[in-house]
Amino acid sequence: MAVSIEDVEHVAKLARLHLTGEEKETIRRQLSDVLEHARVISEVDTSGVPPTSHALPLVNVYREDEARPSLDPDEVVSNAAWAVEHSFKVPRIL
Amino acid sequence: MSADIPYKDALSIAALIREREISALEATEAFLARIEEVEPRVHAYINLAAERARDSAAGIDRMLQKGQALLQHRYAGVPIAIKDVLSTKGFTTTCGSRILENFVPVYDATAVERVSEAGTVMLGKANMDEFAMGSSTENSYFGPTSNPWDLERVPGGSSGGSAAAVAAGEAPWALGSDTGGSIRQPAALCGIVGMKPTYGLVSRYGLVAFASSLDQVGPMTLNVPDCAALLGVIAGHDPRDSTSIQQPPMDYLGSLSSEVRGMKAGVVRELSSEGIEPGVLDSFKRAVEVLEGLGVSCEEVSLPSFSYGLSAYYLIAPAEASSNLARFDGVRYGFRTDAEVDDIWEMYDRTRAEGFGPEVKRRIMLGTYALSAGYYDAYYAQAQKIRTLIVRDYGRAWESYDVLVSPTSPSVAFRLGEKTADPLSMYLSDICTIPVNLAGIPALSLPCGLSEGLPVGFQVMGPPLAEQKLLDIAYALEQALGFDALPPVASAGEVA
Repeated sequence: MAVSIEDVEHVAKLARLHLTGEEKETIRRQLSDVLEHARVISEVDTSGVPPTSHALPLVNVYREDEARPSLDPDEVVSNAAWAVEHSFKVPRIL
Repeated sequence: MSADIPYKDALSIAALIREREISALEATEAFLARIEEVEPRVHAYINLAAERARDSAAGIDRMLQKGQALLQHRYAGVPIAIKDVLSTKGFTTTCGSRILENFVPVYDATAVERVSEAGTVMLGKANMDEFAMGSSTENSYFGPTSNPWDLERVPGGSSGGSAAAVAAGEAPWALGSDTGGSIRQPAALCGIVGMKPTYGLVSRYGLVAFASSLDQVGPMTLNVPDCAALLGVIAGHDPRDSTSIQQPPMDYLGSLSSEVRGMKAGVVRELSSEGIEPGVLDSFKRAVEVLEGLGVSCEEVSLPSFSYGLSAYYLIAPAEASSNLARFDGVRYGFRTDAEVDDIWEMYDRTRAEGFGPEVKRRIMLGTYALSAGYYDAYYAQAQKIRTLIVRDYGRAWESYDVLVSPTSPSVAFRLGEKTADPLSMYLSDICTIPVNLAGIPALSLPCGLSEGLPVGFQVMGPPLAEQKLLDIAYALEQALGFDALPPVASAGEVA
Protein backbone atom coordinates (compact mmCIF):
# COMPACT_ATOMS: atom_id res chain seq x y z
CA MET A 1 0.00 0.00 0.00
CA ALA A 2 1.86 3.06 -1.24
CA VAL A 3 0.87 6.30 0.45
CA SER A 4 1.47 9.49 -1.52
CA ILE A 5 2.76 12.84 -0.25
CA GLU A 6 -0.67 14.27 -1.12
CA ASP A 7 -2.29 11.64 1.16
CA VAL A 8 0.08 12.62 3.95
CA GLU A 9 -0.70 16.32 3.51
CA HIS A 10 -4.45 15.66 3.50
CA VAL A 11 -4.30 13.50 6.64
CA ALA A 12 -2.00 16.01 8.41
CA LYS A 13 -4.59 18.69 7.75
CA LEU A 14 -7.35 16.50 9.23
CA ALA A 15 -5.14 15.75 12.25
CA ARG A 16 -4.14 19.42 12.73
CA LEU A 17 -0.43 18.66 12.57
CA HIS A 18 2.11 20.92 10.91
CA LEU A 19 4.74 18.67 9.27
CA THR A 20 8.06 19.68 7.71
CA GLY A 21 8.96 18.41 4.24
CA GLU A 22 11.32 15.88 5.74
CA GLU A 23 8.71 14.65 8.25
CA LYS A 24 6.18 14.22 5.43
CA GLU A 25 8.54 11.97 3.52
CA THR A 26 9.49 9.89 6.60
CA ILE A 27 5.86 9.45 7.60
CA ARG A 28 4.88 8.62 4.00
CA ARG A 29 7.42 5.79 3.95
CA GLN A 30 6.60 4.50 7.45
CA LEU A 31 2.84 4.63 6.89
CA SER A 32 3.31 2.66 3.67
CA ASP A 33 5.33 0.00 5.56
CA VAL A 34 2.77 -0.40 8.33
CA LEU A 35 -0.18 -0.48 5.92
CA GLU A 36 1.63 -3.03 3.77
CA HIS A 37 2.03 -5.22 6.86
CA ALA A 38 -1.63 -4.66 7.73
CA ARG A 39 -2.73 -5.82 4.29
CA VAL A 40 -2.90 -9.41 5.61
CA ILE A 41 -6.15 -8.55 7.37
CA SER A 42 -7.85 -7.72 4.08
CA GLU A 43 -7.32 -11.34 3.01
CA VAL A 44 -9.39 -12.66 5.93
CA ASP A 45 -12.99 -13.56 5.11
CA THR A 46 -15.04 -11.59 7.61
CA SER A 47 -18.39 -11.76 5.86
CA GLY A 48 -21.08 -12.06 8.50
CA VAL A 49 -18.65 -11.19 11.32
CA PRO A 50 -19.84 -8.22 13.39
CA PRO A 51 -17.24 -5.64 14.45
CA THR A 52 -16.12 -5.42 18.08
CA SER A 53 -15.58 -1.87 19.24
CA HIS A 54 -15.49 -2.80 22.89
CA ALA A 55 -14.60 -6.05 24.64
CA LEU A 56 -17.27 -5.69 27.32
CA PRO A 57 -20.95 -6.17 26.43
CA LEU A 58 -21.99 -2.96 28.21
CA VAL A 59 -25.04 -1.01 27.08
CA ASN A 60 -26.32 2.25 28.55
CA VAL A 61 -24.63 2.43 31.91
CA TYR A 62 -26.62 4.77 34.13
CA ARG A 63 -26.04 6.20 37.56
CA GLU A 64 -28.11 8.40 39.82
CA ASP A 65 -28.10 12.02 38.71
CA GLU A 66 -26.81 13.53 41.94
CA ALA A 67 -25.61 17.09 42.31
CA ARG A 68 -21.94 17.25 43.34
CA PRO A 69 -19.50 20.12 43.71
CA SER A 70 -17.67 20.92 40.48
CA LEU A 71 -14.09 22.12 40.08
CA ASP A 72 -13.17 25.58 41.22
CA PRO A 73 -12.95 27.94 38.19
CA ASP A 74 -9.45 29.06 39.27
CA GLU A 75 -8.36 25.43 39.12
CA VAL A 76 -10.03 24.90 35.76
CA VAL A 77 -7.92 27.60 34.11
CA SER A 78 -4.79 26.91 36.18
CA ASN A 79 -3.14 24.86 33.41
CA ALA A 80 -4.02 27.10 30.48
CA ALA A 81 -1.22 28.69 28.47
CA TRP A 82 -3.22 31.90 28.34
CA ALA A 83 -6.21 32.64 30.55
CA VAL A 84 -7.84 35.93 31.45
CA GLU A 85 -9.94 35.77 34.58
CA HIS A 86 -11.97 32.62 34.04
CA SER A 87 -11.69 32.53 30.25
CA PHE A 88 -9.28 30.77 27.92
CA LYS A 89 -7.70 33.20 25.48
CA VAL A 90 -7.03 32.08 21.89
CA PRO A 91 -5.83 33.72 18.67
CA ARG A 92 -8.26 35.05 16.06
CA ILE A 93 -10.88 32.45 15.03
CA LEU A 94 -12.64 34.25 12.17
CA MET B 1 19.12 -1.82 58.60
CA SER B 2 17.91 0.79 56.15
CA ALA B 3 20.37 -0.39 53.48
CA ASP B 4 18.58 -3.77 53.55
CA ILE B 5 15.16 -2.32 52.83
CA PRO B 6 15.33 -1.92 49.02
CA TYR B 7 14.57 -5.30 47.41
CA LYS B 8 12.40 -6.30 50.32
CA ASP B 9 8.96 -6.93 48.88
CA ALA B 10 6.08 -4.60 49.66
CA LEU B 11 4.31 -7.05 51.97
CA SER B 12 7.47 -7.47 54.09
CA ILE B 13 7.91 -3.69 54.29
CA ALA B 14 4.26 -3.29 55.30
CA ALA B 15 4.73 -5.90 58.04
CA LEU B 16 7.94 -4.23 59.35
CA ILE B 17 6.13 -0.89 59.59
CA ARG B 18 2.99 -2.39 61.13
CA GLU B 19 5.08 -4.18 63.77
CA ARG B 20 7.03 -0.96 64.37
CA GLU B 21 10.35 -2.55 63.43
CA ILE B 22 10.93 0.41 61.15
CA SER B 23 9.07 3.67 60.68
CA ALA B 24 7.36 4.68 57.45
CA LEU B 25 9.85 7.53 57.17
CA GLU B 26 12.77 5.10 57.47
CA ALA B 27 11.32 3.02 54.66
CA THR B 28 10.88 6.10 52.46
CA GLU B 29 14.38 7.39 53.28
CA ALA B 30 15.88 3.98 52.43
CA PHE B 31 14.30 4.09 48.97
CA LEU B 32 15.21 7.75 48.41
CA ALA B 33 18.83 6.86 49.24
CA ARG B 34 18.69 3.94 46.85
CA ILE B 35 17.23 6.21 44.16
CA GLU B 36 20.03 8.71 44.67
CA GLU B 37 22.55 5.89 44.23
CA VAL B 38 21.24 4.21 41.07
CA GLU B 39 18.99 6.77 39.39
CA PRO B 40 21.85 8.50 37.49
CA ARG B 41 22.38 5.18 35.69
CA VAL B 42 18.79 3.91 35.42
CA HIS B 43 16.61 7.04 35.01
CA ALA B 44 13.40 5.31 36.05
CA TYR B 45 11.66 8.51 37.16
CA ILE B 46 10.62 11.67 35.33
CA ASN B 47 9.89 13.67 38.49
CA LEU B 48 10.79 12.62 42.02
CA ALA B 49 8.45 13.51 44.87
CA ALA B 50 11.07 13.31 47.66
CA GLU B 51 9.76 16.07 49.94
CA ARG B 52 6.14 15.14 49.43
CA ALA B 53 7.04 11.48 50.17
CA ARG B 54 8.85 12.45 53.41
CA ASP B 55 5.87 14.53 54.55
CA SER B 56 3.42 11.80 53.75
CA ALA B 57 5.56 9.11 55.47
CA ALA B 58 5.96 11.32 58.55
CA GLY B 59 2.19 11.79 58.61
CA ILE B 60 1.68 8.03 58.55
CA ASP B 61 4.16 7.62 61.41
CA ARG B 62 2.27 10.17 63.49
CA MET B 63 -0.95 8.29 62.90
CA LEU B 64 0.66 4.98 63.78
CA GLN B 65 2.11 6.43 66.97
CA LYS B 66 -1.29 7.70 68.04
CA GLY B 67 -2.81 4.37 67.14
CA GLN B 68 -4.96 6.16 64.59
CA ALA B 69 -4.09 4.02 61.60
CA LEU B 70 -7.35 3.29 59.95
CA LEU B 71 -8.37 -0.18 58.93
CA GLN B 72 -8.15 0.88 55.31
CA HIS B 73 -4.43 1.72 55.71
CA ARG B 74 -3.55 -1.87 54.93
CA TYR B 75 -0.19 -0.98 53.46
CA ALA B 76 0.72 2.05 55.54
CA GLY B 77 4.13 3.43 54.64
CA VAL B 78 4.84 1.22 51.61
CA PRO B 79 6.59 3.34 48.95
CA ILE B 80 5.25 3.23 45.40
CA ALA B 81 6.19 4.55 41.95
CA ILE B 82 3.35 5.83 39.76
CA LYS B 83 3.57 5.77 35.97
CA ASP B 84 3.40 9.36 34.77
CA VAL B 85 0.22 8.63 32.79
CA LEU B 86 -1.90 8.68 35.97
CA SER B 87 -3.11 12.04 37.26
CA THR B 88 -1.73 13.08 40.63
CA LYS B 89 -3.41 16.10 42.20
CA GLY B 90 -0.96 18.94 42.67
CA PHE B 91 1.96 16.98 41.23
CA THR B 92 3.20 17.33 37.64
CA THR B 93 1.90 14.64 35.28
CA THR B 94 3.72 14.74 31.94
CA CYS B 95 2.80 11.50 30.12
CA GLY B 96 6.40 11.60 28.90
CA SER B 97 5.44 14.46 26.59
CA ARG B 98 6.58 17.99 26.02
CA ILE B 99 2.95 19.00 25.54
CA LEU B 100 2.23 18.16 29.23
CA GLU B 101 5.67 19.09 30.60
CA ASN B 102 4.18 21.56 33.09
CA PHE B 103 0.73 20.04 33.55
CA VAL B 104 -0.41 19.88 37.17
CA PRO B 105 -3.66 17.89 37.55
CA VAL B 106 -6.43 19.24 39.73
CA TYR B 107 -7.65 15.77 40.70
CA ASP B 108 -6.23 12.29 41.43
CA ALA B 109 -6.83 9.27 39.23
CA THR B 110 -8.98 6.69 41.03
CA ALA B 111 -6.10 4.19 41.11
CA VAL B 112 -3.88 6.87 42.69
CA GLU B 113 -6.60 7.74 45.19
CA ARG B 114 -6.91 4.07 46.15
CA VAL B 115 -3.19 3.42 46.71
CA SER B 116 -3.06 6.62 48.71
CA GLU B 117 -6.05 5.57 50.86
CA ALA B 118 -4.23 2.28 51.50
CA GLY B 119 -1.46 4.33 53.12
CA THR B 120 1.23 4.01 50.45
CA VAL B 121 3.77 6.78 49.86
CA MET B 122 4.36 8.00 46.30
CA LEU B 123 8.10 8.31 45.60
CA GLY B 124 7.71 9.86 42.16
CA LYS B 125 6.32 9.62 38.65
CA ALA B 126 7.85 6.88 36.53
CA ASN B 127 9.22 7.35 33.02
CA MET B 128 7.29 6.07 30.00
CA ASP B 129 7.02 6.26 26.24
CA GLU B 130 5.21 9.46 25.29
CA PHE B 131 1.45 8.93 25.82
CA ALA B 132 2.26 5.23 26.43
CA MET B 133 3.06 4.73 22.74
CA GLY B 134 6.11 2.51 22.47
CA SER B 135 7.79 -0.68 23.62
CA SER B 136 11.13 0.63 24.89
CA THR B 137 10.59 3.91 26.84
CA GLU B 138 12.86 5.54 24.24
CA ASN B 139 9.93 7.72 23.10
CA SER B 140 9.96 9.71 26.35
CA TYR B 141 10.54 13.45 25.88
CA PHE B 142 12.60 13.26 29.07
CA GLY B 143 15.10 10.69 27.77
CA PRO B 144 15.17 6.89 27.91
CA THR B 145 15.31 4.57 30.92
CA SER B 146 18.03 1.90 31.10
CA ASN B 147 17.39 -1.74 31.88
CA PRO B 148 18.87 -2.52 35.34
CA TRP B 149 20.09 -5.88 33.95
CA ASP B 150 22.17 -4.19 31.26
CA LEU B 151 22.35 -0.41 31.13
CA GLU B 152 22.94 -0.50 27.35
CA ARG B 153 19.53 -2.11 26.86
CA VAL B 154 15.92 -0.92 27.00
CA PRO B 155 13.63 -1.75 29.92
CA GLY B 156 10.73 -2.35 27.52
CA GLY B 157 7.73 -0.09 27.40
CA SER B 158 5.69 1.79 27.67
CA SER B 159 5.77 1.33 31.49
CA GLY B 160 9.59 1.00 31.36
CA GLY B 161 10.20 3.44 34.22
CA SER B 162 7.83 1.54 36.54
CA ALA B 163 9.46 -1.80 35.65
CA ALA B 164 13.03 -0.50 36.00
CA ALA B 165 12.20 1.17 39.33
CA VAL B 166 11.02 -2.13 40.82
CA ALA B 167 13.87 -4.14 39.25
CA ALA B 168 16.53 -1.68 40.47
CA GLY B 169 15.20 -1.56 44.04
CA GLU B 170 13.99 2.02 43.56
CA ALA B 171 10.42 1.12 44.63
CA PRO B 172 8.86 -2.11 45.89
CA TRP B 173 5.58 -1.41 44.12
CA ALA B 174 4.67 0.42 40.91
CA LEU B 175 1.56 1.17 38.92
CA GLY B 176 1.66 0.87 35.15
CA SER B 177 -0.84 0.91 32.30
CA ASP B 178 -1.25 -1.65 29.52
CA THR B 179 -2.82 -0.95 26.12
CA GLY B 180 -1.00 -3.56 24.02
CA GLY B 181 1.46 -5.05 26.51
CA SER B 182 2.82 -1.95 28.24
CA ILE B 183 2.83 -3.58 31.71
CA ARG B 184 3.68 -7.17 30.78
CA GLN B 185 6.46 -6.62 28.22
CA PRO B 186 8.57 -4.29 30.44
CA ALA B 187 7.90 -6.60 33.42
CA ALA B 188 9.28 -9.46 31.31
CA LEU B 189 12.32 -7.51 30.13
CA CYS B 190 13.16 -6.33 33.67
CA GLY B 191 12.52 -9.66 35.45
CA ILE B 192 9.53 -8.63 37.58
CA VAL B 193 5.82 -9.49 37.84
CA GLY B 194 3.26 -7.38 35.96
CA MET B 195 -0.46 -7.83 35.46
CA LYS B 196 -3.02 -6.41 33.08
CA PRO B 197 -6.40 -6.92 34.74
CA THR B 198 -9.70 -7.58 32.94
CA TYR B 199 -10.86 -4.48 31.05
CA GLY B 200 -13.09 -2.56 33.46
CA LEU B 201 -11.78 -4.13 36.69
CA VAL B 202 -9.62 -1.08 37.51
CA SER B 203 -11.05 2.39 36.96
CA ARG B 204 -9.58 4.44 34.10
CA TYR B 205 -10.70 7.71 35.70
CA GLY B 206 -7.67 10.03 35.68
CA LEU B 207 -5.66 7.74 33.39
CA VAL B 208 -4.64 9.87 30.41
CA ALA B 209 -6.34 8.11 27.49
CA PHE B 210 -4.36 6.43 24.72
CA ALA B 211 -6.80 3.85 23.26
CA SER B 212 -9.86 3.86 25.51
CA SER B 213 -11.24 0.43 24.56
CA LEU B 214 -7.88 -1.21 25.38
CA ASP B 215 -6.27 0.79 28.24
CA GLN B 216 -6.09 -0.78 31.70
CA VAL B 217 -4.16 0.13 34.88
CA GLY B 218 -2.31 -2.65 36.71
CA PRO B 219 0.31 -3.65 39.29
CA MET B 220 4.07 -4.12 38.72
CA THR B 221 5.79 -5.89 41.59
CA LEU B 222 8.71 -8.03 42.79
CA ASN B 223 6.63 -11.18 43.22
CA VAL B 224 3.16 -12.69 42.88
CA PRO B 225 1.85 -12.12 46.45
CA ASP B 226 2.79 -8.41 46.12
CA CYS B 227 0.90 -8.37 42.82
CA ALA B 228 -2.20 -9.94 44.38
CA ALA B 229 -2.08 -7.40 47.21
CA LEU B 230 -1.72 -4.35 44.96
CA LEU B 231 -4.44 -5.57 42.60
CA GLY B 232 -6.74 -5.87 45.63
CA VAL B 233 -6.07 -2.21 46.42
CA ILE B 234 -6.83 -0.78 42.96
CA ALA B 235 -9.59 -3.11 41.69
CA GLY B 236 -13.24 -2.25 42.14
CA HIS B 237 -16.21 -0.38 40.77
CA ASP B 238 -15.96 3.37 40.20
CA PRO B 239 -19.04 5.35 39.16
CA ARG B 240 -16.71 7.91 37.48
CA ASP B 241 -15.72 5.36 34.81
CA SER B 242 -18.75 4.17 32.84
CA THR B 243 -16.83 1.07 31.65
CA SER B 244 -16.05 0.03 35.23
CA ILE B 245 -17.36 -3.46 36.06
CA GLN B 246 -19.88 -3.92 38.91
CA GLN B 247 -17.92 -6.52 40.82
CA PRO B 248 -17.83 -7.18 44.57
CA PRO B 249 -14.38 -6.52 46.13
CA MET B 250 -12.06 -9.53 46.04
CA ASP B 251 -9.32 -10.48 48.48
CA TYR B 252 -6.80 -11.76 45.93
CA LEU B 253 -4.02 -12.01 48.50
CA GLY B 254 -6.10 -13.75 51.15
CA SER B 255 -7.36 -16.26 48.57
CA LEU B 256 -3.93 -16.87 47.02
CA SER B 257 -3.28 -20.61 46.70
CA SER B 258 -0.59 -22.62 44.95
CA GLU B 259 -2.88 -25.63 44.69
CA VAL B 260 -3.23 -25.86 40.93
CA ARG B 261 -3.22 -29.64 40.40
CA GLY B 262 -5.78 -30.67 37.79
CA MET B 263 -5.88 -27.37 35.95
CA LYS B 264 -5.51 -27.33 32.17
CA ALA B 265 -3.27 -24.94 30.27
CA GLY B 266 -3.16 -24.38 26.51
CA VAL B 267 0.19 -23.42 24.99
CA VAL B 268 -0.66 -20.98 22.17
CA ARG B 269 1.09 -22.20 19.03
CA GLU B 270 0.85 -18.84 17.23
CA LEU B 271 2.66 -17.12 20.12
CA SER B 272 5.30 -19.72 20.87
CA SER B 273 6.85 -20.76 17.59
CA GLU B 274 7.83 -18.53 14.67
CA GLY B 275 9.44 -15.21 15.47
CA ILE B 276 10.37 -16.10 19.05
CA GLU B 277 14.07 -15.97 19.96
CA PRO B 278 15.50 -19.50 20.63
CA GLY B 279 16.76 -18.57 24.12
CA VAL B 280 13.34 -17.22 25.07
CA LEU B 281 11.63 -20.32 23.71
CA ASP B 282 13.96 -22.66 25.64
CA SER B 283 13.32 -20.86 28.89
CA PHE B 284 9.57 -20.81 28.22
CA LYS B 285 9.45 -24.54 27.42
CA ARG B 286 11.35 -25.41 30.59
CA ALA B 287 8.78 -23.44 32.58
CA VAL B 288 5.95 -25.33 30.83
CA GLU B 289 7.60 -28.58 32.00
CA VAL B 290 7.74 -27.21 35.55
CA LEU B 291 4.05 -26.34 35.29
CA GLU B 292 3.29 -29.92 34.20
CA GLY B 293 5.29 -31.14 37.20
CA LEU B 294 2.86 -29.17 39.37
CA GLY B 295 -0.01 -31.21 38.00
CA VAL B 296 -1.20 -28.73 35.34
CA SER B 297 -1.80 -30.55 32.07
CA CYS B 298 -0.31 -28.57 29.18
CA GLU B 299 -0.99 -29.10 25.50
CA GLU B 300 -0.53 -27.06 22.37
CA VAL B 301 -3.54 -25.20 21.01
CA SER B 302 -3.91 -23.21 17.80
CA LEU B 303 -5.73 -19.88 17.81
CA PRO B 304 -5.46 -18.98 14.11
CA SER B 305 -6.81 -15.42 14.30
CA PHE B 306 -3.87 -14.41 16.52
CA SER B 307 -1.73 -14.14 13.38
CA TYR B 308 -3.74 -11.01 12.55
CA GLY B 309 -3.69 -9.51 16.04
CA LEU B 310 -0.75 -7.19 15.51
CA SER B 311 -2.11 -5.73 12.28
CA ALA B 312 -5.57 -5.19 13.76
CA TYR B 313 -4.11 -3.57 16.87
CA TYR B 314 -1.92 -1.14 14.93
CA LEU B 315 -5.05 0.16 13.18
CA ILE B 316 -7.46 0.17 16.14
CA ALA B 317 -5.13 1.66 18.78
CA PRO B 318 -3.85 4.56 16.59
CA ALA B 319 -7.43 5.25 15.43
CA GLU B 320 -8.58 5.65 19.02
CA ALA B 321 -5.43 7.61 19.87
CA SER B 322 -5.92 10.05 17.00
CA SER B 323 -9.34 10.86 18.43
CA ASN B 324 -8.26 10.98 22.10
CA LEU B 325 -5.25 13.19 21.42
CA ALA B 326 -7.34 15.78 19.59
CA ARG B 327 -7.86 17.38 23.02
CA PHE B 328 -4.25 18.61 23.10
CA ASP B 329 -4.74 21.90 21.34
CA GLY B 330 -2.90 24.44 23.49
CA VAL B 331 -6.11 26.00 24.81
CA ARG B 332 -7.28 24.48 28.11
CA TYR B 333 -4.05 22.88 29.32
CA GLY B 334 -0.55 22.03 28.22
CA PHE B 335 2.05 23.61 26.05
CA ARG B 336 1.17 26.28 23.45
CA THR B 337 3.51 27.35 20.65
CA ASP B 338 5.42 30.63 21.03
CA ALA B 339 5.41 31.11 17.26
CA GLU B 340 3.65 34.14 15.75
CA VAL B 341 0.42 32.77 14.32
CA ASP B 342 -2.26 34.34 12.12
CA ASP B 343 -5.23 32.44 13.51
CA ILE B 344 -6.32 29.65 15.82
CA TRP B 345 -5.84 26.97 13.17
CA GLU B 346 -2.19 27.76 12.80
CA MET B 347 -1.87 27.83 16.60
CA TYR B 348 -3.29 24.27 16.76
CA ASP B 349 -1.04 22.99 13.94
CA ARG B 350 2.14 24.51 15.41
CA THR B 351 1.37 23.61 19.05
CA ARG B 352 0.82 19.97 18.14
CA ALA B 353 3.86 19.87 15.85
CA GLU B 354 6.12 21.24 18.60
CA GLY B 355 4.42 19.47 21.51
CA PHE B 356 4.29 15.87 20.20
CA GLY B 357 7.27 13.62 19.49
CA PRO B 358 7.79 11.55 16.31
CA GLU B 359 6.06 8.32 17.44
CA VAL B 360 2.95 10.16 18.65
CA LYS B 361 2.75 12.05 15.35
CA ARG B 362 3.16 8.77 13.46
CA ARG B 363 0.28 7.15 15.37
CA ILE B 364 -1.97 10.17 15.01
CA MET B 365 -1.30 10.12 11.26
CA LEU B 366 -1.83 6.36 11.01
CA GLY B 367 -5.05 6.52 13.02
CA THR B 368 -6.42 9.51 11.14
CA TYR B 369 -5.62 7.75 7.86
CA ALA B 370 -7.36 4.53 8.97
CA LEU B 371 -10.48 6.50 9.95
CA SER B 372 -10.57 8.77 6.90
CA ALA B 373 -13.14 8.59 4.13
CA GLY B 374 -12.34 5.89 1.61
CA TYR B 375 -10.14 3.83 3.94
CA TYR B 376 -12.43 3.34 6.95
CA ASP B 377 -14.00 0.06 5.78
CA ALA B 378 -10.78 -1.47 4.45
CA TYR B 379 -8.76 -0.74 7.58
CA TYR B 380 -10.63 0.27 10.73
CA ALA B 381 -13.87 -1.68 10.20
CA GLN B 382 -11.99 -4.77 9.02
CA ALA B 383 -9.67 -4.56 12.06
CA GLN B 384 -12.70 -4.49 14.35
CA LYS B 385 -14.04 -7.64 12.69
CA ILE B 386 -10.67 -9.32 13.22
CA ARG B 387 -11.05 -8.29 16.84
CA THR B 388 -14.29 -10.29 16.97
CA LEU B 389 -12.47 -13.35 15.57
CA ILE B 390 -9.83 -13.03 18.32
CA VAL B 391 -12.53 -12.77 21.01
CA ARG B 392 -14.17 -15.92 19.55
CA ASP B 393 -10.87 -17.85 19.44
CA TYR B 394 -10.35 -17.12 23.12
CA GLY B 395 -13.95 -18.06 23.88
CA ARG B 396 -13.47 -21.47 22.25
CA ALA B 397 -10.23 -21.99 24.18
CA TRP B 398 -11.92 -21.39 27.55
CA GLU B 399 -14.23 -24.35 26.83
CA SER B 400 -11.17 -26.62 27.12
CA TYR B 401 -8.57 -24.73 29.16
CA ASP B 402 -8.39 -22.85 32.45
CA VAL B 403 -5.56 -20.65 31.18
CA LEU B 404 -3.45 -20.07 28.06
CA VAL B 405 0.30 -19.56 28.22
CA SER B 406 3.01 -18.12 25.96
CA PRO B 407 6.26 -16.17 26.20
CA THR B 408 5.50 -12.52 27.11
CA SER B 409 7.97 -11.01 24.66
CA PRO B 410 9.50 -12.54 21.52
CA SER B 411 12.97 -11.44 22.66
CA VAL B 412 14.94 -10.47 25.73
CA ALA B 413 15.71 -6.77 26.24
CA PHE B 414 17.11 -5.25 23.05
CA ARG B 415 19.78 -2.56 22.77
CA LEU B 416 18.96 1.12 23.14
CA GLY B 417 18.60 2.56 19.64
CA GLU B 418 18.32 -0.86 17.99
CA LYS B 419 14.72 -0.46 16.80
CA THR B 420 14.07 3.28 16.87
CA ALA B 421 14.67 3.79 13.15
CA ASP B 422 12.22 1.06 12.13
CA PRO B 423 8.79 1.48 13.78
CA LEU B 424 7.48 -1.82 12.39
CA SER B 425 10.25 -3.84 14.07
CA MET B 426 9.41 -2.05 17.35
CA TYR B 427 5.70 -2.88 16.91
CA LEU B 428 6.60 -6.57 16.54
CA SER B 429 7.80 -6.55 20.19
CA ASP B 430 4.12 -6.56 21.19
CA ILE B 431 3.12 -9.62 19.19
CA CYS B 432 2.49 -11.90 22.20
CA THR B 433 0.73 -9.36 24.41
CA ILE B 434 -1.69 -7.66 21.99
CA PRO B 435 -4.45 -10.31 21.61
CA VAL B 436 -5.18 -10.00 25.35
CA ASN B 437 -6.01 -6.28 25.08
CA LEU B 438 -8.17 -6.78 22.00
CA ALA B 439 -10.26 -9.33 23.92
CA GLY B 440 -10.26 -7.37 27.21
CA ILE B 441 -9.11 -10.40 29.22
CA PRO B 442 -6.62 -10.52 32.13
CA ALA B 443 -3.00 -11.66 31.75
CA LEU B 444 0.09 -11.71 33.89
CA SER B 445 3.82 -11.94 33.20
CA LEU B 446 6.28 -13.48 35.64
CA PRO B 447 10.01 -14.11 35.23
CA CYS B 448 10.78 -17.73 34.25
CA GLY B 449 14.56 -17.64 33.80
CA LEU B 450 17.45 -15.95 32.06
CA SER B 451 18.64 -16.08 28.46
CA GLU B 452 22.06 -14.57 27.79
CA GLY B 453 21.94 -13.18 31.31
CA LEU B 454 18.68 -11.31 30.65
CA PRO B 455 15.22 -12.09 32.08
CA VAL B 456 12.57 -14.00 30.14
CA GLY B 457 8.86 -13.47 30.85
CA PHE B 458 6.17 -16.16 31.04
CA GLN B 459 2.66 -14.99 30.16
CA VAL B 460 -0.49 -16.51 31.67
CA MET B 461 -3.83 -15.47 30.14
CA GLY B 462 -7.31 -16.25 31.46
CA PRO B 463 -11.01 -15.64 30.83
CA PRO B 464 -12.61 -12.36 31.94
CA LEU B 465 -12.35 -11.88 35.72
CA ALA B 466 -10.13 -14.96 36.21
CA GLU B 467 -7.48 -12.88 38.02
CA GLN B 468 -7.44 -15.22 41.02
CA LYS B 469 -6.76 -18.25 38.84
CA LEU B 470 -3.91 -16.44 37.05
CA LEU B 471 -2.39 -15.38 40.35
CA ASP B 472 -2.66 -18.92 41.76
CA ILE B 473 -0.94 -20.49 38.73
CA ALA B 474 1.72 -17.78 38.77
CA TYR B 475 2.23 -18.23 42.52
CA ALA B 476 2.70 -21.99 42.15
CA LEU B 477 5.06 -21.52 39.21
CA GLU B 478 7.01 -18.77 40.97
CA GLN B 479 7.70 -21.04 43.95
CA ALA B 480 8.59 -24.02 41.77
CA LEU B 481 10.93 -21.97 39.55
CA GLY B 482 12.60 -20.21 42.46
CA PHE B 483 13.68 -17.30 40.25
CA ASP B 484 15.58 -15.02 42.63
CA ALA B 485 18.31 -13.51 40.45
CA LEU B 486 18.93 -9.80 40.93
CA PRO B 487 20.12 -7.43 38.21
CA PRO B 488 23.80 -6.43 38.22
CA VAL B 489 22.83 -2.87 39.13
CA ALA B 490 21.72 -4.26 42.51
CA SER B 491 25.28 -4.72 43.72
CA ALA B 492 27.39 -2.65 41.31
CA GLY B 493 29.07 0.47 42.61
CA GLU B 494 29.84 3.40 40.35
CA VAL B 495 30.09 2.58 36.67
CA ALA B 496 33.70 2.05 35.65
